[in-house]
Amino acid sequence: MVTSSRDIENQDAGFNMEARIEEWKTYLAKHAAIDGQDIDELEGHLRDQVDELRAAGLDEDEAFLVATKRIGNLNAVSREYAEVHSGRLWRNLVLADGVPGLNFSRELMAALLFAVAAAISIKLPALFGIGMEDDAGAWFYQRNITLFSLPFLGAFFIWKRELGFRGLQVLAIGILIAAVTMNVYPLEVSDSTAILAFIHLPLVFWFVIGVLYTGDWWQSQSRRMDFIRFSGEYAIYYVLIALGGAVLTAFTLGMFAFIDIDVEWLVQTWVIPCGAVGAVVIAAWLVEAKQAAIENMAPVLTRVFTPLFTILLMAFLITMSVTGKGFDLQREVLIGLDLMLVLVLGLVLYAVSSRDPAAPPGIFDLFQLLLVVAALLVDVLALLAIAGRISEMGFTPNRVAALGENLVLLVSLSGYAWLYLRFLRRQAGFTSLERWQTNYIPVYVIWALIVVVAFPPLFGFV
Amino acid sequence: MNLSKDLMAASSTPLVLGIIAEGETYGYEIVKRVEELSGGALNWTDGMMYPLLHRLEHQGLLESRWRVADSGRKRKYYAITTQGRKALAEQQQQWQVINEALSRIWHEMKATTRSNDDGYQFA
Repeated sequence: MVTSSRDIENQDAGFNMEARIEEWKTYLAKHAAIDGQDIDELEGHLRDQVDELRAAGLDEDEAFLVATKRIGNLNAVSREYAEVHSGRLWRNLVLADGVPGLNFSRELMAALLFAVAAAISIKLPALFGIGMEDDAGAWFYQRNITLFSLPFLGAFFIWKRELGFRGLQVLAIGILIAAVTMNVYPLEVSDSTAILAFIHLPLVFWFVIGVLYTGDWWQSQSRRMDFIRFSGEYAIYYVLIALGGAVLTAFTLGMFAFIDIDVEWLVQTWVIPCGAVGAVVIAAWLVEAKQAAIENMAPVLTRVFTPLFTILLMAFLITMSVTGKGFDLQREVLIGLDLMLVLVLGLVLYAVSSRDPAAPPGIFDLFQLLLVVAALLVDVLALLAIAGRISEMGFTPNRVAALGENLVLLVSLSGYAWLYLRFLRRQAGFTSLERWQTNYIPVYVIWALIVVVAFPPLFGFV
Repeated sequence: MNLSKDLMAASSTPLVLGIIAEGETYGYEIVKRVEELSGGALNWTDGMMYPLLHRLEHQGLLESRWRVADSGRKRKYYAITTQGRKALAEQQQQWQVINEALSRIWHEMKATTRSNDDGYQFA
């Protein structure tokens, strides 16, 4: 084969320039990070170069060889493209892996193994007499739910990215924080610091997953953006799996009820807990393996919900200013508002990460700015209300936590608003928004870590 | 002469921006112009320049559009934005500082070697 193709090259008459350029383009198209327009651009370059070399007196085949050589090693060039266009690589990771069939089944096996390990881990305490039925047991399972699920997801990524001992060390730090705060701290289910720590712990652990997911210890901007994309898709997949699981469970219960056999205990103590923690790993595998399939769905969802949330927040603000109910927000309303702000932030994070950074500012970016501004106003309102409650009734763990969260959000949203404005006015590129987004993530994590680790001792474990 | 990789990487952004600031142009022409400006010493791997162009576009420093050339060939043309001009001016200042510092030290080095030759010799 080698000699015959060389023979053809050596005979000028036998050299088919168009066919060779087609071959070259096909090879180029195999690289996930290079899209159709890039191929056109590079082809134009190649043809210009060939024309010039031909004009200088080279044969067609020589000109083609020199021109392709000057463009460079396509694998190295593609790596440069991947660094700039990380989103594209994300869409096609499976293809880039080489032999897809083999990797696919190997990865599926590993994911299943880690999922089963998670399922076993949540049933292990039962062997030592900690049941899910009594109150003390239920609290034990509740507060340790992070430990029963996320470490296995971390282990999956350590295996997949071949991170070795250092990866295990990172994971061990996460496990240590979770284990100590949830089990060594003398916390009861009724303590507000216990509930706060319990809510914030998954966020801290999710960052540990992120460090492992990136494969380069959170070093590169493009991998951080990938992780944000991953998180968004992961949430969608997990909800889909949960919905499917709920339907399945309902049918199981119903059908056995028809024949008068009670399986409720089995479903409640085995199927739901094991399924829930197993799905934590499986959802991640699905996201990694099936990225292209859902790729069109998640950005569409953000596009649908961004305007709707904007309208909701605006309506809320207007109603409040008209009725003058701004400053005596009650506890439940405040919690609801904070939850909504977190959701809006998630929406913004995902919208930024799924946007093509090269596209010019458009109407959707304007919506995005409106959403951020509305959220910012709601945040200020919440801050005022919390400040009022603190000055009236003093500090409690809940109020300090809410205060901190709203301050962290205030800075974050202000940054988004400012950069969106600059982007819309064409004073800055979209990359400045991306950088703000990824650089600010550690701030959320550090705050969550403070709530988890420092709050309980600070407030005397109440 | 082989220029070091770091030096090539550092100088590529101001060079590309400067060339595009001369007028809207496309990739192949930029490569040719770089060769011409450096007397052939700056020899880029051509394919590596496109990711750089795209990066600058993402940063809002460049704008691109597809046009069909007289030859009928489709080409992606790049033009500099106001923001790009600002970035270029900044880079220019920075390189000027380095350039001046370097030429001063080259000059002084020459002076000291000369005075060494005149005065005494190292054993």
